[in-house]
Amino acid sequence: MAVERLLPDTEAEDLIALARDIAANELAPKAGEYEEKELFPREQFRLLGRSGLLGLPYPERWGGGGVSYEVYLQVLEEIAAAWMTVGVGLSVHTMSCYALAEYGTDSQRDEWLPDMLGGDLLGAYALSETHAGSDAAALSTRAVLDGPDYVVTGTKAWITHGGQADFYTTMVRTSPDGGRGISCLLVPADTPGLSASAPERKMGMTASTTAQMIFDGARVSTGRRLGEEGIGLKIALSALNSGRLGIAACAVGLAQAALDEAVRYAKERSQFGRSIIEFQGMEFLLADMAAAVESARATYLEAARRRDRGLPFKRQASIAKLVATDAAMKVTTDAVQVLGGAGYTKDFPVERYMREAKVPQIFEGTNQIQRMVIARELRNKA
Amino acid sequence: MPNIVVLVKQVPDTYSERKLASADHTLDRASADAVLDEINERAVEEALQIKEAQGGEVTVLTVGPERATDAIRKALSMGADKAVHVSDESLHGADIIQTAKVLAKAIGTVEGYDLIIAGNESTDGVGGAIPAMLAELLGLPQLTHARKVEIDGTSVKVERETDAGRTFLEAALPAVISVGEKINDPRYPSFKGIMAAKKKPVTTLTIADLGIDASEVGLANAASQVLESAPKPPRAAGQQITDEGDGGSKIAEYLVSQKLI
Repeated sequence: MAVERLLPDTEAEDLIALARDIAANELAPKAGEYEEKELFPREQFRLLGRSGLLGLPYPERWGGGGVSYEVYLQVLEEIAAAWMTVGVGLSVHTMSCYALAEYGTDSQRDEWLPDMLGGDLLGAYALSETHAGSDAAALSTRAVLDGPDYVVTGTKAWITHGGQADFYTTMVRTSPDGGRGISCLLVPADTPGLSASAPERKMGMTASTTAQMIFDGARVSTGRRLGEEGIGLKIALSALNSGRLGIAACAVGLAQAALDEAVRYAKERSQFGRSIIEFQGMEFLLADMAAAVESARATYLEAARRRDRGLPFKRQASIAKLVATDAAMKVTTDAVQVLGGAGYTKDFPVERYMREAKVPQIFEGTNQIQRMVIARELRNKA
Repeated sequence: MPNIVVLVKQVPDTYSERKLASADHTLDRASADAVLDEINERAVEEALQIKEAQGGEVTVLTVGPERATDAIRKALSMGADKAVHVSDESLHGADIIQTAKVLAKAIGTVEGYDLIIAGNESTDGVGGAIPAMLAELLGLPQLTHARKVEIDGTSVKVERETDAGRTFLEAALPAVISVGEKINDPRYPSFKGIMAAKKKPVTTLTIADLGIDASEVGLANAASQVLESAPKPPRAAGQQITDEGDGGSKIAEYLVSQKLI
């Protein structure tokens, strides 16, 4: 069932219609098979690029769509509802463009941004390392100046699109100065000395490649540093504030897909001589699922509207990510319950949705980190 | 540089429940989502491919109520250059002949057209007669049910597909062609196309603008009347047979009873 959305104008309505069209005809029919066979949907991302969906919330001057976060996130939700791997990939790509769009010089933006926003290049965001996850400031991948280049050595971990992406927005250590010793580099995929490890073998989102990226004396021109030396962590965390909104929208899409499947099944499935949707036990379960989906959507939209108005939205983004991803975990789990034994089989998509819902509680800041962000804001503002 | 007119129509989405209004047996437009008919997307696509190869201009033309602007916008966002929208209350309930007459007049407002492309039939009325009637009214050659179209300066070649086989047709321009399902795969609009569509010119005309009198059109003046209509009976529930080792012969028995084997 199509989600009823209050959109600001006909452009936004047509954009949502385009996203639904692509989602229904190009994404949803392929999702099950690609996830099962662990095939990366590179061609589907190219289609998003050709359709102008890879740079929606960025300025038109550099090939973006000039769309508000309120609208972009709803497009993302529609895509994720059809195929979580593609939704999360779109969100990650969008986040990987953030450092250049916000912190690059005009000449850097003129040179690289149009292909990242308006073309069909795919991006990745490389912050985490094996021993620097939640404690990102502890990262140790080193970039040492050597003439016009940085020579980069170290291993970035848990990289969505690792080995598939065309560029890597990479946080590296340029001085031993803790959180203030980190810088941000825009690294092209074909940089000599850069390679991907074998992909991780994951519980869900198996079509999305996650790998380590190994920098072995990789030379990256200093002209590819985004922002000043030492502000890399600030850039990374700022990118994550917006990225978390993307993850919240994806989680809502996933939860909506699970709810739709559960309602469809509960109407068709008959026990004791009537549709199981008529039993109060089922009604309450489905009503709670719908309440979780819609309240999570309202939460990310509120945060997005704050961002669009230039208001602080860090706490609201963390709340949206926390609420939406926890809602997705609960709703997808309950969808399996509604379908009963059928839901536990791979003949229906809800068991996959349930596996896919777990990782949004973990990536782009675990939900425990989100609580820390929220609490810190409460403490500092009081 | 062919100047192409594409006929488009807004129809109820084939995925939604389609009904006729109980009062006058005309289409109940409120009951279903309205979309640009898929065959028209293929007609627009064909026009755009010709334009991309040879230049020229693509005008989309529709006859329909106010909300048909959504269908026009879709065609414009795919890449058509401009649109003509004939919208008039008095057209409610118009039959195919009236519609063809209105279309013929409206096409007359497009200066110097070389080619008219239509879908072979709509998914709502499924009349399939408009392209032929239009060709007749305009005195133009008709090359219908195309699966392949080639334009060459002053002539058009069409490969027509029928149940009996393929026919190869050729005519001088201007001409009317209709396209079938196999003609192409329509593109998705891009977001840039969506943004650009808003700024493209749409001319809205009434039938008075076309020199047609209200007494010539509409339900009351249609050549045929729908007297009665009934919804399709719901599909009967299937018969379930539990396999107790004799499933194969049960299926065979069923097929025999249906005279299928």
